[in-house]
Amino acid sequence: MADTPGHIQYTRNMVTGASTANLSIILVDARAGVIEQSRRHTAIASLLRIPHLVIAINKMDLVGWSEARFNEIRAEFEQFLPRLGIRDVKFIPLSALNGDNVVEPSRHTPWYSGPTLLSHLETVHIASDWNLRGFRLPVQWVNRPNNPTDPRLHDFRGFSGQIAGGIVRTGQKVMILPGGLTTTVKEIHTYDGPAPEAFCPQSITLVLEHDIDVSRGHMVIGLEDLPGAGVDLHAQVCWMHSRVLQPGKKFWLKHTTHTVQAVVTEITHRINIGTLEQEAAPAGLALNDIGEIRLRTARPLVFDGYAANRLTGSFILIEQGTHATVAAGMLHPPREVVRPDDADFVI
Amino acid sequence: MSNYHLDHLQYLETEAIHIMREVAGEFERPVLLFSGGKDSICLLRLAEKAFRPSDIPMPFLNVETGHEFPELIEFRDRRAKQLGAKLIVRTVDQALANGSATQAPGEVSRNKLQIPVLLGAIEEFRFDCAIGGARRDEEKARAKERFFSFRDSFGQWDPKNQRPEIWNLYNGRLNAGENMRVFPLSNWTEMDVWEYIKREQLEVPSIYFSHTRECFRRGGQWLPVPPPHTDDTKPDPYAGARPKPTEPRKTMVCRVRTIADMISTGMVESPASSFDDIIAEVAAARVTERGSRADDKASEAAMEDRKKAGYF
Repeated sequence: MADTPGHIQYTRNMVTGASTANLSIILVDARAGVIEQSRRHTAIASLLRIPHLVIAINKMDLVGWSEARFNEIRAEFEQFLPRLGIRDVKFIPLSALNGDNVVEPSRHTPWYSGPTLLSHLETVHIASDWNLRGFRLPVQWVNRPNNPTDPRLHDFRGFSGQIAGGIVRTGQKVMILPGGLTTTVKEIHTYDGPAPEAFCPQSITLVLEHDIDVSRGHMVIGLEDLPGAGVDLHAQVCWMHSRVLQPGKKFWLKHTTHTVQAVVTEITHRINIGTLEQEAAPAGLALNDIGEIRLRTARPLVFDGYAANRLTGSFILIEQGTHATVAAGMLHPPREVVRPDDADFVI
Repeated sequence: MSNYHLDHLQYLETEAIHIMREVAGEFERPVLLFSGGKDSICLLRLAEKAFRPSDIPMPFLNVETGHEFPELIEFRDRRAKQLGAKLIVRTVDQALANGSATQAPGEVSRNKLQIPVLLGAIEEFRFDCAIGGARRDEEKARAKERFFSFRDSFGQWDPKNQRPEIWNLYNGRLNAGENMRVFPLSNWTEMDVWEYIKREQLEVPSIYFSHTRECFRRGGQWLPVPPPHTDDTKPDPYAGARPKPTEPRKTMVCRVRTIADMISTGMVESPASSFDDIIAEVAAARVTERGSRADDKASEAAMEDRKKAGYF
């Protein structure tokens, strides 16, 4: 659980908290209704693609448990929610002071038939939030035993990583990117024994049928739902550093297990997080600003749009020299899927 | 509902394995801090899961105060040997002897003296990353910790200027002399640790289970009476840790909930003799595990101050 304040100077804390969340709770004071911070929190939940949202309308005791007031606030949210594209939104009237609708249903809200906050948190279905479509394994570490005593391990060569999308099965065809060589999964190795299949976000080690040169930063993918690849990227970023971002600056860009140099070529927009309106061609992005940028990387990135896959669609920028983490980035969907030069070349 | 579902321990496990492998992928000379305590026992299993069938690609390091429970040392050495790992031990005694550490006048605990010993070992072996078993639920200074916790060239932690951690993208980049502390168990609770130990059927030192022991009362806690001093040719290593005539003594049925050394570990009265008993006890507990640690009681900010100076 991450508790993030709603003031504008904590935008980067909100983004950080939101990046790993499955669900966000926006706490609203029933007396005040929708205020700037409620909009900002909701907008960030939407930008970071948190799949589930709870609008907890608190202090209902101070508005006489009024159903009309509850509906009024709900209507205020519903004016801007459709633009944000959040799949699952739940409104819950509560009084945290007395525990009404927190754990036990309140006797003060006979007009409310939904779940209490805790019961919703315990039953909301988050397993399906992981991307189980296109198989993606960013290689973290190459597992090659040194002088193994067990002769069967003499030629063991495994590619270890946490599955960032999809499902993999023994015997399945996979492609290695960059390069585009195709081979078959010989074994899904885990400490607890070989597995017939594995899925996101499990950590596994893949043994491949052919001896292919694979190292950290490469990606093993399935042959369906192909990712994009390229050096020209378009992304939304949250700027997290007091040194203002200006176009032309070079950074380290870490995407999955791959770190490359990148230059920010253009800041196309700044997003007003209160109104979600885009302001064109800003001079720079300051601390806590959210904007749209274009980047060019020194080596091609294999990626998905952030909306399709949070793990293969996100990156951080690291300042060269200080090594400070200065930005969180969310990639737009690729314009074209990967077309490996030697895709037909199956060994 | 699909079958592609991880329960919370499996989720914590895959997250921790990912972090271990990021360390192996991004650092040149990592080390794993292994004390023999319950949290570092979990770290070793996670390292096995991350790196087998290869060797665990980093040595283990333990800093001894000289006041350890003998059961812990025996377990530590045996476990490191079973795993075929290189175990490096550096001691407060060595640091006091060679002058790299000096005891504050009147202070009995050697807890703070572990800081220069740890930093000395990091320098001696030029470690660029040390993996530790700290968890955010332990203590409020630790609640602010990152998975990848940056330390400057003096080993210092700056809680107000930490690198933001977004998604699972950890920034391990360092300049010369700087290093990283990495905490794969950050999101685990004390309960998760015991449930994981039970699920994995991991051996733990016997002092975690109920046993009979002579204790004495000091600072609101029952501290263990150290083993007798037999070798008269050497100074008593437990001097200061022995009960004074005014301190009440009691033979108790007790266990440890958290382990520091004998001067800092309060014994808790408990009949718990199995993992299930311990799990039931943790579920019912109303004080945090570090409530039985004398080292944390020095002041409100004891942990944060030590951490800023380079503590584990």
